[in-house]
Amino acid sequence: MSNIIALAGNPNSGKTTLFNRLTGTVQHVANYPGVTVEKKSGYCAIHNTKYEIVDLPGTYSLSAYSEEEVVTRNFLIDERPEALINVVDATNLERNLSLTVQLLEMGIPTCIAINLMDAAKKRGISINSDNLSELMGVPVVPISARNGDGIGELGDITQNLSVKCSPIEVFYGSDIEEAIEKMLPIIEADKFLSKSLPSRWTALKYLEEDEITTGLGEKNSPEASKKLKLIVNKVAKHIGETLNTYPEAVIADYRYGHIRSIIKSVITIKEENQNRVYLTEKIDNIILNRFLGPIIMVGVIFMLYYLTFTLGEYPMELIGSIFERISQFADASLSDGILKSLLISGAIDGVGGVLGFTPLILFMFFGIAILEDSGYLTRMAFMLDRLFSFFGLHGNSVMPFIISGGIMGGCAVPGVMAARTIKSPKERLATILTAPFMNCGAKLPIFALLVAAFFQKNEASVMFIITMISWVGALIAAKILRITVLKGENSPFVMELPPYRLPTIRGLLMHTWEKVWQYVKKAGTTILAISILIWAMMTFPKLSEAEKQTFSQQKEQIQQQYSAATVKELTSEQKNISAAAIELKEKLSQIDKNASELQLRNSIAGRFGTFLEPVTSLAGFDWRTNIALTGGFAAKEVIVSTLGTAYSLGDVDPEEAKPLATKLANSPGWSTATAWSLIVFTIFYAPCLVTVVCIAKEAGSWKWAAFSIMFNTSLAFLLSTIVYQIMSA
Amino acid sequence: MKLREMKINQSATITRVTAPMEMGRRIRDMGITPGTQIQVIRRAPLLDPVALKLSGFTLTLRNNEADHIEVEIS
Repeated sequence: MSNIIALAGNPNSGKTTLFNRLTGTVQHVANYPGVTVEKKSGYCAIHNTKYEIVDLPGTYSLSAYSEEEVVTRNFLIDERPEALINVVDATNLERNLSLTVQLLEMGIPTCIAINLMDAAKKRGISINSDNLSELMGVPVVPISARNGDGIGELGDITQNLSVKCSPIEVFYGSDIEEAIEKMLPIIEADKFLSKSLPSRWTALKYLEEDEITTGLGEKNSPEASKKLKLIVNKVAKHIGETLNTYPEAVIADYRYGHIRSIIKSVITIKEENQNRVYLTEKIDNIILNRFLGPIIMVGVIFMLYYLTFTLGEYPMELIGSIFERISQFADASLSDGILKSLLISGAIDGVGGVLGFTPLILFMFFGIAILEDSGYLTRMAFMLDRLFSFFGLHGNSVMPFIISGGIMGGCAVPGVMAARTIKSPKERLATILTAPFMNCGAKLPIFALLVAAFFQKNEASVMFIITMISWVGALIAAKILRITVLKGENSPFVMELPPYRLPTIRGLLMHTWEKVWQYVKKAGTTILAISILIWAMMTFPKLSEAEKQTFSQQKEQIQQQYSAATVKELTSEQKNISAAAIELKEKLSQIDKNASELQLRNSIAGRFGTFLEPVTSLAGFDWRTNIALTGGFAAKEVIVSTLGTAYSLGDVDPEEAKPLATKLANSPGWSTATAWSLIVFTIFYAPCLVTVVCIAKEAGSWKWAAFSIMFNTSLAFLLSTIVYQIMSA
Repeated sequence: MKLREMKINQSATITRVTAPMEMGRRIRDMGITPGTQIQVIRRAPLLDPVALKLSGFTLTLRNNEADHIEVEIS
């Protein structure tokens, strides 16, 4: 026996609260293979026997349409848990029991835990659990997971569930039952799909035309499967002709009919409570009001944005300064050379880059956890659905867009991760792929530089236009994706508006911690490896000895023009040096900068940039811009400083880019057309490395990460070429 | 009559769900089956989707999904 106890139930039934109560603080969170659905497990001892408790994802049914449903089903079929606790919401028994019936049809030893009994009592609902137990054929325990009532009893009963459990048999009407009669012998004779599953269950799944079951059947016993399909087609035709519907609908209707008859003999509701308006509805009257609703929503979005970026900035700066110290220490204690450069520019900057994002992810997920746990997030989706579904997105796409930089400054890393709140796969993927078009904080210095150089008078309006370009571009791109590579109908928006609940601190902290840790663990290693690769591309090959000699000869020649005393002044520690010495110092450092420029141009990245020049000149970019943009793939912050190096200005601090702005404004290769072209390219081209890795993790495949690099860069190049050609014509 | 045509605060009983495939399954899984009592309680600020009150919970649906649900006003 596996010693596994699984928890299954509807979303919002309090399943996770029960899970936390049973397992305490030690929990293990992982993803089910190939999907983004989280698998949570922990341990619990009942009378000195240790059990693994698995919290299955919340589902409304066991069909095969959503990842959550498939995961739940496969787990129950493949792992055959020793016991199943089905958590049902006492305030909403009818819909919850629909899943219960489907679970009981699988024949796994089950115990029903009726949760939220206290809330039901307040509403005047009383449930006769003995009656329910008799009608369902399994033990029923009333509990309150929040207060801990009934947990002990639940443990006792679960432990003593009989190993054999005969599946429940609901009457599905004579047409369906006749078909099942004919199917059972075929299924039993062939023993296919048996895996200890009841034959009746397999027959029902065939009648529901469940793709997973029929697919398995076709693979394992094609002949039996064919016979079953013949029977299904016949009954489907009959039901179509006589009732103008199909077997799946008939099954669902009979199931609900069965549940309603059970409910009648189990529940009594006090008359005076039947038409009461509950607190949730009162809150909704304000929060979903046609005029107040959107205003409140803007406020909430702004708060989340503020929480993430204003509060996240302090720890982010702290982490940044710690890594700067480490890097200074390494700089001082190691001798110059490749190893030092690798350690500082590759490893320390790489790790620092990965960890630098954690405060943002932490605050963002904390904020989202509050919205999600309280029930507000689904209300946002409700209000925005009309707008976003037009572009093939989801109401909840607004979060990833805003966090990625929808109001100037943000970060696509937490933004892409915020798309987890979208459950429908196509809408989610379209959001993940387009959110990076927003203007993250690292793109802003580039815009600031170009604005300072070319649009000094219209700063505010240019920044506004840039934001508009991002939004319009992202929405149109999403629409394009949804009618091409992500083609398909919008997922149905049949969604529960859950009652408002006060989030628990423990729940919030746990949600947040899980996500931050996942990011560090999964994204961290990959990002480190690639950032070392990019460092190497911009460092190798080094200047040849002959070239190095030319530069040192130049330095010597210059030094000879000055008196020996002036040269000596530079090597001394003296603070106040003469005007002549300052001049010499500047001249020498200019040579160093020229050397850096040549080195960069000579590196792999530089050669790549030069190689692309004939093509990129269509968009107005020379080799310097190309290298800067290539470096920007590692992190967009790098663009301005690389551009500085390429223009022989040395490492330019993005915050203090005045000399570079002046240089660009006076460069013959630069015009307002070039500036707009570069702005457009920066908005749309490949997301930075960290984001790309996150896309791979969130989309569940490197294919989509590669797609986002290619698609975004092609789109960016196309748009900036159009902009450049039109503006310079 | 179709669910889409219902006005706010109107109550009705579901008579038929004609939505095909996944949409139909989703609608039924959430408890919208013939015989269910519903009340339209509000519409989103842009008038779509619509929020319905069922026994014990609130559900949202898009108008184009409501087109596949037939009701009888009570």
